[in-house]
Amino acid sequence: MKIAVVKNILEANDRIAQENRALFDENGVTVMNLMSSPGAGKTSLLEKTIQALKGDLTLGVIEGDIQSSKDAERIARMDIPVVQINTGGACHLDGNMIRDTFGEFNFEELDLLVVENVGNLVCPAEFKVGEDFKAMILSVTEGEDKPAKYPLMFHESSVLLINKTDLLPYVDCTVEGIREEALKINPHLVIFEISCRTGDGLEAWYDWLKQEVRARKKA
Amino acid sequence: MHEMSIAQSLVDILKEEMVKNRAKVLRSVKLNIGRLSAIVPEALSFCFEIIVSGTHMEGAKLVMEMIPLEAACLDCEKVFEIEDYAFSCPYCKSPNIKTIAGQDLSIVEMEVD
Repeated sequence: MKIAVVKNILEANDRIAQENRALFDENGVTVMNLMSSPGAGKTSLLEKTIQALKGDLTLGVIEGDIQSSKDAERIARMDIPVVQINTGGACHLDGNMIRDTFGEFNFEELDLLVVENVGNLVCPAEFKVGEDFKAMILSVTEGEDKPAKYPLMFHESSVLLINKTDLLPYVDCTVEGIREEALKINPHLVIFEISCRTGDGLEAWYDWLKQEVRARKKA
Repeated sequence: MHEMSIAQSLVDILKEEMVKNRAKVLRSVKLNIGRLSAIVPEALSFCFEIIVSGTHMEGAKLVMEMIPLEAACLDCEKVFEIEDYAFSCPYCKSPNIKTIAGQDLSIVEMEVD
């Protein structure tokens, strides 16, 4: 006997992500899902961003890693609420894992919640967690071919931060090359060229992020 | 290797559907996998086999059809296939396009006894 089903396989996760999102919206919290390969600079970007925005905005962070609490310890030093999720092998965060952290935050007081996903250029892009938007980092040491090799993440992200621009003289990779490849997949990408090490380009990123948060607060 | 999570979600839905339809044995499942999804069909099959081994779904075949990416241009209104993940209109070069196929990851049909 044949049965027609027609169901989205990820519907259970999509539903939880939607419920998470409804709670965030109710409280006027902007949620950013931050993704990249391991070592591209997610935690470094967060440290810089928290330092710069702490005075203006109330922030919270969820750290996703397969193992260890090293990232949460780095963020906790900055005196903002942080929860570490250890996926114990899973290569991405999902809606359910985010929901499990809700007891740790006071959403009424939060302006911006950053979800730092597990370092991985493939899987995190497939699972919604309830974010307003996805942001990704690509460092210049990874090469210009990454958008073509991992199109889903570039397609799903609203923002691309090209990090480690201070290393450009030492690598066979150009910012123009990354831009061209990334914009082919996603012509609407907002792109920032930054160096978390020198601080170059970060002001423009902070301004953009603050604007995003304020726009949602009003709405 | 997110295929394991996806295989688990798939099995959860199949279980529910089998109860609903009072089915005893699962013969095969047809899936549509959009070209945009980052699924490796072989990995999904492998994970599915592991999860269902020893259950009443053991031996069921996963039939996967890869769905090409298709989009419609919001400016010149032409419909076209997206090749090499170039998300802009090949006719008028507009970036304002709407993807109409190839994003899905869905169950289409199951064969049961």
